[in-house]
Amino acid sequence: MSSKVKLIALSSAVSVVALSAAAQDPVSLTIVSWGGAYTASQQRAYHEPFMEANPHVTIINDDGSANALAGLRAQAQAGNVTWDLVDMLPSDAQLACDEGIVMPIDHDAMLAPAPDGTPASEDFLPGSLGECFIPQIVYSTVLTYRPDAFADDNQPSSIADLFDLENFPGRRALQDRPGTNLEWALYADGVDPDDIYDVLSTPEGVDRAFAKLDTIKDSIIFWTEGAQAPQLLADGEVVFTTGYNGRMFAAIEEEGQPFDIIWDGQIVEWDGWVVPADGPNVDVVMEYLYFATDTQRLADQAKYISYGPARASSAPLVGEHADLGIDMNQHMPTNPDNYFAPIVLDNDFWIDYGDELRERFANWMLQ
Amino acid sequence: MAMADATEQVGSETDSRGRLVTSDGTPLRRALERANRRRKFTAFLLVAPLLAFIVIFFAFPIAQMMWRSVDNPQIVNALPRTLDALQDWDGRTLPDESVYAALHADMVEDQERARRDQLIGPLGIRLNYELSAARSAISRTARSVSDFEAPYKDAFMDAHRLWGQLELWRVIQREGRPLTLSYYVAALDREYNEDGQIVRRDENRQIYVSLFIRTLVLSLAITGMTFLLGFPIAYFLSTLPMRYANLLMIAVLLPFWTSLLVRTSAWIVLLQQQGVINELLVNIGLISDGNRLNLMYNQTGTIIAMTHILLPFMVLPLYSVMKTIPPSYMRAAKSLGATPSTAFRRVYFPQTLPGIGAGGVLVFIISIGYYITPALVGGQSGRMISNEIARHIQQSLNWGLAAALGSLLLVGVLALYWLYNRLVGTDSLKFG
Repeated sequence: MSSKVKLIALSSAVSVVALSAAAQDPVSLTIVSWGGAYTASQQRAYHEPFMEANPHVTIINDDGSANALAGLRAQAQAGNVTWDLVDMLPSDAQLACDEGIVMPIDHDAMLAPAPDGTPASEDFLPGSLGECFIPQIVYSTVLTYRPDAFADDNQPSSIADLFDLENFPGRRALQDRPGTNLEWALYADGVDPDDIYDVLSTPEGVDRAFAKLDTIKDSIIFWTEGAQAPQLLADGEVVFTTGYNGRMFAAIEEEGQPFDIIWDGQIVEWDGWVVPADGPNVDVVMEYLYFATDTQRLADQAKYISYGPARASSAPLVGEHADLGIDMNQHMPTNPDNYFAPIVLDNDFWIDYGDELRERFANWMLQ
Repeated sequence: MAMADATEQVGSETDSRGRLVTSDGTPLRRALERANRRRKFTAFLLVAPLLAFIVIFFAFPIAQMMWRSVDNPQIVNALPRTLDALQDWDGRTLPDESVYAALHADMVEDQERARRDQLIGPLGIRLNYELSAARSAISRTARSVSDFEAPYKDAFMDAHRLWGQLELWRVIQREGRPLTLSYYVAALDREYNEDGQIVRRDENRQIYVSLFIRTLVLSLAITGMTFLLGFPIAYFLSTLPMRYANLLMIAVLLPFWTSLLVRTSAWIVLLQQQGVINELLVNIGLISDGNRLNLMYNQTGTIIAMTHILLPFMVLPLYSVMKTIPPSYMRAAKSLGATPSTAFRRVYFPQTLPGIGAGGVLVFIISIGYYITPALVGGQSGRMISNEIARHIQQSLNWGLAAALGSLLLVGVLALYWLYNRLVGTDSLKFG
């Protein structure tokens, strides 16, 4: 082919593409997520491939997930829904679902089956799908410590060690909310992980958890924002901190901080999508969801951040970190080596008892 | 001009009843009134944009917030039949079958509505504010309610244990009206007992009253600190020649031009245990390594950081007042035999009071509503009531409670302002 012919072929190809693109009106999707490294991982694993396959779609990121429920409610009340898709925690998703401000999801009809044909409702991890909620990742809240704060032959290895001031003295950072802290207090006090929420539903169980927390109260600093936890540990303000495993991974592997993660008693939770009711581009959002929650896409996200994919069929596809080249499997909360004593966060429990326990916890913190 | 025209016309003209009239025969009084009205109208037009702005973006949202703190539509809308049937219930034994049948009818009817218009979800969230686990009682029941068969009482009690408890029914009966005081009851650390009387909450759930008190104390402490630090600076600035004063004024205003978050983060770097101040003190041997000071994540952190941020609000009014006090007054006092301290106490200081009042009111009112800085450097003991309000607006989404807390704060500030007005008088304020 001469170069002239090539040029003509190329330009006609371009015009065909341009024509087919013009046939579909340009759409811009506003996708709300958590910002930072998390949004970046979604951008690379989901948004960019989707926009490449659908040139008429532009995706705009909005870092509003921390207050997404308030935002959804305000938009619904104003009758002006501008968000197309929102990333949120399942407890908030359930509340939004109860209020009717997000769409119910028919998982098998709306989501891709696994490559071997297993329908979506069976492929997603048990208990992760919600009435209006499609999980993407499993994340966990873990205990992390500084090995250099203790002798080499005396390193902590369990949640019980967090409450052991005698062998492991020093300040500890906990999140300033009852969730995770009360669970760990009971776990360290000898309650079986499967029974924790049954015990916590009784007044005696709550007293028991607070009594256990009392034993370390004078050594506690509270953190609020996810980024504070690794910072406190890096600054040497504390010797233990609780925190999200993805943040701890970033601190250890990307910044080279001298931390170790204790996977014992990791508190496991999902994070995923909801679709606002009456959103402006529901058809395109459905196409996006089908694409972005399939087996390969969920596995791809683990290349950029150390959160586990929410589909069973994605696990074997998890490979190396895209930039660091380390094997991500060992950093997944769901890796069997890490998943030996997990506590699965019970969202129904926290929606029901959250207000009351939060008040009691706030009162406890102040005393 | 119109008025001038009117007055020029006075002359000697009078009408039949002896009243002064203008040349075209209108009584002078009316002509004056008309001219005045026109002037007033022009003046009103000039302030109208601001007035509209204040009404739309200030008065209206505040009114709406106060409305939200008593608005209570969820139960009335969702359970009309049940509330009817509950009217004669005595609250001592479980309601009878007719009430459960009414509840069944209400819930079944709700499921026939379009999803967006369903009322059961909001109902569960509303009831959960009063009684933990009420939400899951509602939502779990709603999932199976269309399969229920008479007798409904047993069916409901099988679906969730709360339907067999008096507490839930008491809440439904008590809160089954369009307006409620329950958000205010909760905001004052109180609750309803079995007889419907308002009593103090269980001690380990009381938080808001102590937070209100702490907010007040911290705001007063911050106002006091800004006064102690700001007064000498303002005095010094007012005595300097203009060009040096302007230069130093820039230093005072610098915090204004830096992002709030940057300033707060800078304080974190300085104050933390491994931070600059502690390192310095350890290095020069004032404190030992094991006894580093806790300068942040407590009230100290909140007071230090907020004093710094609010200092300009104290210095500026003080400076503008001090600029106007002629130095000759102090010289005169001294020449009449006053010692420097007497002259300061009896001549200079009283003249700065309008500036102190203005600066104090500004700093106090701003700090009472502050929440970003306390959230970042205050830890637990340095948190203020506005942090709780923000949490209920953004996270727990209990907007009714947030509105009640906000209204109480507003009323508190107005009461303090009224008190200040009674004691000192607001007309003496001088903002610069």
